[in-house]
Amino acid sequence: MNDEYEVVIGLETHAELSTESKIYCSCKNKFGIEVNTEVCPICMALPGTLPTLNERVVDYAIKMGHALNCKINRVCKQDRKNYFYPDLPKAYQISQSDIPLCENGYVDILVNGESKRIGITRIHIEEDAGKLLHATSFEGSSLVDLNRCGVPLIEIVSEPDMRSSAEAKAYLETLKSILSYLDICDCKMQEGSIRCDVNVSVHKKGTPFGTRTEMKNVNSFSAAVRGIEYEQKRQIAALEAGETVVQETRRWDDAQGVSVSMRTKEDAHDYRYFPEPDLLTISVDEKRVEELKAQIPELPTQKILRYVQKLGLPQQDATIIAENVDLANFFDECTQKGGASPKLAANWLLGDISKYLNETGKTLGETKLTPEKMTELIGYIEKNTISTASGKKIFEIIVVEDKPIKQLIDDMGLAQVSDTLELEALADKVLAENEPSVTSYKNGKTNALGYLVGQCMKASKGKANPGMMKEIILKKLGE
Amino acid sequence: MEFYEMTAVQLSRKLESKEISSCELTQAVIDRIKSVDDKVKAYLTVNAEEALEQAKAVDNKRISGEKLPKLAGIPIGIKDNISTKGIKTTCASKMLEDYVPPFDATVIEKIKANDMVLLGKLNMDEFAMGSSTENSYFNVTHNPFDLDKVPGGSSGGSAAAVSAREAIVALGSDTGGSIRQPSANCGVVGLKPTYGSVSRYGLVAFASSLDQIGPIGKSVKDVAMVQDIICGRDKMDATSAIREYTGIADSLTGDVSGVKIGIPKEYFGEAIDDDVKTAVMNAVHELEKAGAKVCEISLPSAKYALPAYYIISSAEASSNLARFDGVRYGYRAKDYTDLVDMYEKTRSEGFGSEVKRRIMLGTFVLSSGYYDAYYKQAKLMQRKIAGEYKAAFNEVDVIATPTAPFTACKIGQNIDDPLKMYACDICTVTVNIAGLPAVSLPCGMDRSNMPVGLQLIGDSFCEDKILGAAYAYEKLVGGFAAPAL
Repeated sequence: MNDEYEVVIGLETHAELSTESKIYCSCKNKFGIEVNTEVCPICMALPGTLPTLNERVVDYAIKMGHALNCKINRVCKQDRKNYFYPDLPKAYQISQSDIPLCENGYVDILVNGESKRIGITRIHIEEDAGKLLHATSFEGSSLVDLNRCGVPLIEIVSEPDMRSSAEAKAYLETLKSILSYLDICDCKMQEGSIRCDVNVSVHKKGTPFGTRTEMKNVNSFSAAVRGIEYEQKRQIAALEAGETVVQETRRWDDAQGVSVSMRTKEDAHDYRYFPEPDLLTISVDEKRVEELKAQIPELPTQKILRYVQKLGLPQQDATIIAENVDLANFFDECTQKGGASPKLAANWLLGDISKYLNETGKTLGETKLTPEKMTELIGYIEKNTISTASGKKIFEIIVVEDKPIKQLIDDMGLAQVSDTLELEALADKVLAENEPSVTSYKNGKTNALGYLVGQCMKASKGKANPGMMKEIILKKLGE
Repeated sequence: MEFYEMTAVQLSRKLESKEISSCELTQAVIDRIKSVDDKVKAYLTVNAEEALEQAKAVDNKRISGEKLPKLAGIPIGIKDNISTKGIKTTCASKMLEDYVPPFDATVIEKIKANDMVLLGKLNMDEFAMGSSTENSYFNVTHNPFDLDKVPGGSSGGSAAAVSAREAIVALGSDTGGSIRQPSANCGVVGLKPTYGSVSRYGLVAFASSLDQIGPIGKSVKDVAMVQDIICGRDKMDATSAIREYTGIADSLTGDVSGVKIGIPKEYFGEAIDDDVKTAVMNAVHELEKAGAKVCEISLPSAKYALPAYYIISSAEASSNLARFDGVRYGYRAKDYTDLVDMYEKTRSEGFGSEVKRRIMLGTFVLSSGYYDAYYKQAKLMQRKIAGEYKAAFNEVDVIATPTAPFTACKIGQNIDDPLKMYACDICTVTVNIAGLPAVSLPCGMDRSNMPVGLQLIGDSFCEDKILGAAYAYEKLVGGFAAPAL
């Protein structure tokens, strides 16, 4: 990127809320079911039907508002956004225009270990539209699946506060992690649970902001990064060539890696917003707002701080654990309730556990692991009852089977030998059998020590306490 | 006296005492439809077979000794913009010519739960837009008092059917006068209930913030009885009021002494025909003689109600009618080149000219740059008008006005003059703008022997007061005249 220029990014993020039912009817809010099966006269917009608001949607949006430090508008309204499209049966979307449920907030993101505050303009509730299926078998025609009609959405609009694609990505990751902490969104990117529109402009540093373009059809965080980088290059090139950037809506084509003009400002839709007459003003009392606030759990940014400052984890480890609500909850249970060593618990989570989850594609909840069992296992290792190597063997079993660890240690004979006499006898035997190594150690080849300890471990079938073993060998070699 | 000539009150007693059966009654009304509807053309769909089956089922229940609701077995006609499961609901539009709803409107569920017999669907102005029923895609309905004249509208089929004794009672809908004005034109009683008292679920929306379903009948008590069963909180309609309703029909005494009636001078201006003024004032004097206290009041913003009404109702209509796009149900143009062409042709061919006029008007007033000048101003005026009514009801119980500025016009007389047509609603629209209840009842005839309507307006949820005064008047004059058909 030309250093003279700075990119300015603002994001409009849509998150599908994971309520039981849709926002304005009692159809189930489900993904991946047979087309047009979770539909009713209301979400199909048959004549005469009326919407009724699912209050859970308001609760969920208020929670997000609290998490993003917003002002909650206890009295707000819903509006109609009018436009024709076959996936929009009413030919208007019920949304919120001038008075959103939440506004004027912020969220702190971490980029390269540094914290940055991104302003949140507003969060409003609205309904999703259906999906067009352009089936080739129906020559020249498209089909429409209305299952998604009326799935509740929140739209989170940021201030134009981001200055790089990395910041945009960090912002999106942070939102995603907060949504999963609040348990109000499935956060399944491949199912379109989170989608965003990207506003990008460039300007020479020290000059006013440039003209922005809005990019639609950005379906993943990595696509957002690619799209922003493409768009900033394109805009800089235009300015450098003496052209101007046109205010327009563009479509991101991720396969081709280009953005294409959809419509300019002149062709912009006039959505003719007006207050939805079929629904009452939304009115939320102070008590409900406070109750929802009390339900907000410790959020990732706070967790990272606590892990680093109180538990002594490295920032990188703390961040990886904190941003994944499953890992974080598991970690907290191990360390808080179980009293496991934070360092060991983090090592297990980021090591063997993450490896297992990556390899199998499972979530923590889909394994047989529980914080209680992990704490117990870590405890045996900490107390030298078993070696780390034995711990890994037990882990491989308890991750797939619900078996008591104590019994596994006994059955597999993994209890570590820490009896001095027994270990000394073992050392004597190994030293006697390895005269050449003993000699080379005494001649200054200190790495022979590792070999000798290794031989002891082997002879004990891994059960010897490696620390004690090393000390005994050293003592004997020094005699 | 034929069965079909009787009121629901009379028939209810005869059915209960098993003097007649619902089958006999329903058959009599169906025969009446057969004999006069060629002339009146009130019905779009006659549900004869199912109606008789329903009547039989009610009779069986009664024979088995079951305790039945008061209106059980009484045939009712339904305006064709109220959804009826399995029965075409066309809104008198080409757009919905073959549309059959898969569900019942809440009021239809209530009608069925009360064992009333569903006779059929009644003609109207397309999507309830109009004041003469001439905007029906299917046919013009004729006024039973003079077949060359319009019945009024938009619930012209409902009012004409009751007037012609082709239904004992009927349901209409009222957005700016669509129950009251045709009731006045056809010499019957029509109630526009308080906004929020009757569920709109299943009523094909014209203007959501103004629409209200209401009853039409030959007598005040008939209307009260139907209102008693259709009102009530409905969780399917977020705008339905959360409150308890006590029956009105049983509270009607005919005693009007001490009731304060306000006469707003703005409703008796030049636009109102002299015969209409005279008939309305005569009725007011009758009530005064019976003990009511009459005083003049002022509703200064009344003259702005009509423009405010046309802005708000058209704005909402332009959005409400956008769903008729040819994609999922209803009419779709035959030949089109692409999506936009399909939309344009479908909507150009499927809607009639009045509907298109309102959609264009509504689209305009909501457009960016015009919203503040039109829609926002109209909403402010709405609040002002509602405030003036509230203030008036601190002084009086009931406000009396003409229902319409003139009696029924000749068919075709105003069809090419929308402004003249819109003027039919000047006395009624304010009531919808303010969300209030109002009843229209016959109060005599004009020089050409056409019925004149008296409108009694009440405060929110004070249907009992306006129907009480109306009932008193009906008793004083000994009932209302039937047309000679």
